[in-house]
Amino acid sequence: MTGTSYPELLWLTAPEIVVAMTALLVLVLDLGLLRRSALAFRFGANTLVAGMGCLLALLVLLNFPAQGELAVGMLVVNPLTQLVQTALLAIAILVLLLVNSARFTTHVGEYCALILFAITAMMLLVSTQNLLVIFISIEFLSLSLYILTAFDKPSRQSAQAGLTYFLFGGMSAGILLFGMSLLYGLSGSLALDRIAIAVKVSPGDPLLTLAMVMVLAGFGFKIAAAPFHMWAPEVYQGAPTSSAALVASSSKIAGFFALFVVFYLGLMGAAGSAAPKHYSSGWAPLIAIVTAISMLWGNLAAIAQTSVRRLLAYSAIGHAGYMLIALVVHSRQSLAALVYYVITYALATVGAFGVLAALENEKVDSIADFRGLGKRAPGLAFCMLIFLLSLAGVPPLSGFFGKFYVFVSALDGADHFGLLWLVLLALAMSVVSFYYYLKVLKQAYVSEPSAGAATVAVPATTRIAVWATAALVVLLGCFPDLLLNRIATALR
Amino acid sequence: MLAWTIYVSFLGAVAVTLASGTSQGLIRVLALLTTLAGLGIAMVAVAHDRSGQLITLARAPWIPSLGIEYHLAADGISLVLVLLTGIAAVAGVLFSWNVELRTKEFFALYLVLIGAVYGVFLSFDLFQLFVFYEIAIIPKYFLIAIWGSTRREYAAMKLVLYSFAGSALVLAGMVAAYVVSGERTLNLETLSHFPFPAHFQMWAFPLVFVGFAVLAGMWPFHTWAPTGHAAAPTAASMLLAGVVMKLGAYGCLRVAIMLFPRGLDAWGFHVLGFGSWQQVFAVLAVIGIVYGASIALVQKDLKFVIGYSSVSHMGFVLLGLMTLNQIGLSGAVYQMFSHGIIAGLLFAVVGRMVYDRTHTRDLGELSRLPLAKLIPFAAVTFVLALMASIGLPGFSGFIAELEVLIGSWHAFPWMSLIAGSGILIGIAFSWRALEATFLGEPATAPEQALPAITLPERLGAFLLLASTIAFGLYPKLLMNLILPVLSGPLFEQLRRGNWQ
Repeated sequence: MTGTSYPELLWLTAPEIVVAMTALLVLVLDLGLLRRSALAFRFGANTLVAGMGCLLALLVLLNFPAQGELAVGMLVVNPLTQLVQTALLAIAILVLLLVNSARFTTHVGEYCALILFAITAMMLLVSTQNLLVIFISIEFLSLSLYILTAFDKPSRQSAQAGLTYFLFGGMSAGILLFGMSLLYGLSGSLALDRIAIAVKVSPGDPLLTLAMVMVLAGFGFKIAAAPFHMWAPEVYQGAPTSSAALVASSSKIAGFFALFVVFYLGLMGAAGSAAPKHYSSGWAPLIAIVTAISMLWGNLAAIAQTSVRRLLAYSAIGHAGYMLIALVVHSRQSLAALVYYVITYALATVGAFGVLAALENEKVDSIADFRGLGKRAPGLAFCMLIFLLSLAGVPPLSGFFGKFYVFVSALDGADHFGLLWLVLLALAMSVVSFYYYLKVLKQAYVSEPSAGAATVAVPATTRIAVWATAALVVLLGCFPDLLLNRIATALR
Repeated sequence: MLAWTIYVSFLGAVAVTLASGTSQGLIRVLALLTTLAGLGIAMVAVAHDRSGQLITLARAPWIPSLGIEYHLAADGISLVLVLLTGIAAVAGVLFSWNVELRTKEFFALYLVLIGAVYGVFLSFDLFQLFVFYEIAIIPKYFLIAIWGSTRREYAAMKLVLYSFAGSALVLAGMVAAYVVSGERTLNLETLSHFPFPAHFQMWAFPLVFVGFAVLAGMWPFHTWAPTGHAAAPTAASMLLAGVVMKLGAYGCLRVAIMLFPRGLDAWGFHVLGFGSWQQVFAVLAVIGIVYGASIALVQKDLKFVIGYSSVSHMGFVLLGLMTLNQIGLSGAVYQMFSHGIIAGLLFAVVGRMVYDRTHTRDLGELSRLPLAKLIPFAAVTFVLALMASIGLPGFSGFIAELEVLIGSWHAFPWMSLIAGSGILIGIAFSWRALEATFLGEPATAPEQALPAITLPERLGAFLLLASTIAFGLYPKLLMNLILPVLSGPLFEQLRRGNWQ
């Protein structure tokens, strides 16, 4: 750790610092000045300050793109991490817009600060190549998310979701830490590039296999891949809507990115191959199994759901499967595909939760509650149409291009058509997914509203968030190069 | 200019959405003008095409990093189908003049569907073709689920899931073709010259062909078609049978056969007597012809009769495609056009003229009504439509089915015989339907007045009848468009191999 230059550290972590400072500012502001103000005003002021903080961080990120590496990979800032951080901050702003119209708690400052802390943790998680920092960031992130999930104190469901999340999370953190300690024991280092060298020397080590399984299980929890997904339906359903939006979107981006980094940079030597013809053991076949289970279980279980949030949770598990295909391929192209996919997926998910947030007062939970939404809130219903069709993968929405690109990278990879079975499975499951997405849309557009149902009043900020997200989903779908070129430049 | 068929339709959809919701008349007129504009553009393009070459309409990079282009182009086959879409679209609007429920949304979805269909026929980038192909699916769901009749939600979901399952296969083939060619392009013209490895074509061809053929109603993947047709509102059935099924057949020809012609070669071994995909699909097509017609013969619901007859007629398209000779292929394209017109006409009579007035499609109940007296115009139209449908000379169906039969006689004589028997069954079910609806002697005739046939219905019927007769009497009009394409550079790889 000798020679760490603190000015450089400050310079490289400037965006994170801005977000963290904003979190503290929000706390001071709310606890000090706004304690006695009206709830609506407090929500407005706090989310405004928090949003401004994120915006400032975004501006810092875009205008002063510092790059560099500190302390053997503990902090790595390159164009790619900055791109991912940009997406994280943009989504954070969308989530804060949703928080603006929420009224479920009186601890407004704490809630906003926790969101900002979670964002800080995600930003740290993507900008490191060191196991220790990865673990600390994950814990930091998870702790923030547990509290955010359980924040709706009067609600039993919220408390239950928080507890479930916490118990599963705590256990998988232990497993992850165990796996990491094995990696450390094998390589004598926490830096991914050192681990990569050690792995290359002895790729068949049984301890290594054990370590990989453990690490995968730990990350599998974070990204809600089956069979580590049990918490997801509970949390999606029970958490306050804006918390659920955060859990479902940006924490996925950060989780997937970190997962890819760990396996791609650290464990490349032990990848093996999941192609039936050139099968060789390693983590690729391991992840291929998780992929297949996630796609199958997520999509099939989603059919049986009656709650829209649980449906989104199971569909998220399915999507985790599609995205993991990119990891099984583990090429540069597939990394680009994954980044595109996860960002556009997160956008569509935030949008869908935004629609749910707008319907918060209506107590919308089951699919049947969507009856006649097309009449009662035409704009909202139309946005929901866009989000769900994007998740289903209908062109020209971004969800389709994400799938297309992942499939291209899967067949184009080193195994050359060896992963066709995963692609075909993914295609089959995406046909299944049409069924349950259409079930929701059918209620919204085909069924007449139940008698006496009034039009829905949508808060202005929520409307802005939902429409902006919908516009992004369409725009990135019609012109994927807007994002792809950036990813390609960053990867160079 | 021809590219504007797409833009006009989408703009029309936007205009209809934005139009003040109170005036249904205005919305109908807007929709009619939009479709008329599309038809006008198509007709001008057909009249001006003498070259038989591929004309690029618009070309710009779309996703440069993957080499995907926005590429609209038309050759004779596209033109034929664009013309069909134009005619069917106008007729569809005329026959949905009486839609009162959520009129604005109906026509908006209708025009989106039309625009997407034009888009498929004019796309020369496979990615873009696929995008339009999928855009066409969503409006179909809502058109059937909201404005449909018998078990509409079930039928809509079934249709959409079949469509998406088919397009998933197509997507797999498309991605594979993209990767295998290594040219970083999905341009159909470029790929049509690319020599894909034979073993790759062997599995890519059936994948893509079946994917598209699902939408063309190929047996045994046809079951969405009768339920979908029966449930759909009149205009949607007209478009479904008339145009949407052609999307599938068009895809089979334009993508599967044009890109992967070696996939039709003999396998070199036999499984259950089959030696190549050509034989497999030809047999499936023939089964579809006979099966569709036979099932139509025993249906009680008039719309199901027409729905199954569509399966039968689309079998001729698929059989024509599998003949792999010029006369068979041109017959297939001609049948796409002809069936589009005739099926539209049949569904218009059954759905709009009869069902919307009597509120029954049950053959037994219809036979008790003196329909021929009450709505004579419908009776005459139905007779003419059925004559066209069974392939009497003078109507477009005759030319088409004759060519397909001649083509298949060259390729596989005995199948040609079985397919011919399908035509005979066709005559039988047509006669049965006609007898039950218009010719039968009603036992007791309760004189109930039915609303008179309206002007839009008459115009629509005239348009469709005129088309089938004109192109039946003067097939050269379309053949001049189709034949040069089949002997042109796009199908060079096909001709080099298995051309018979």
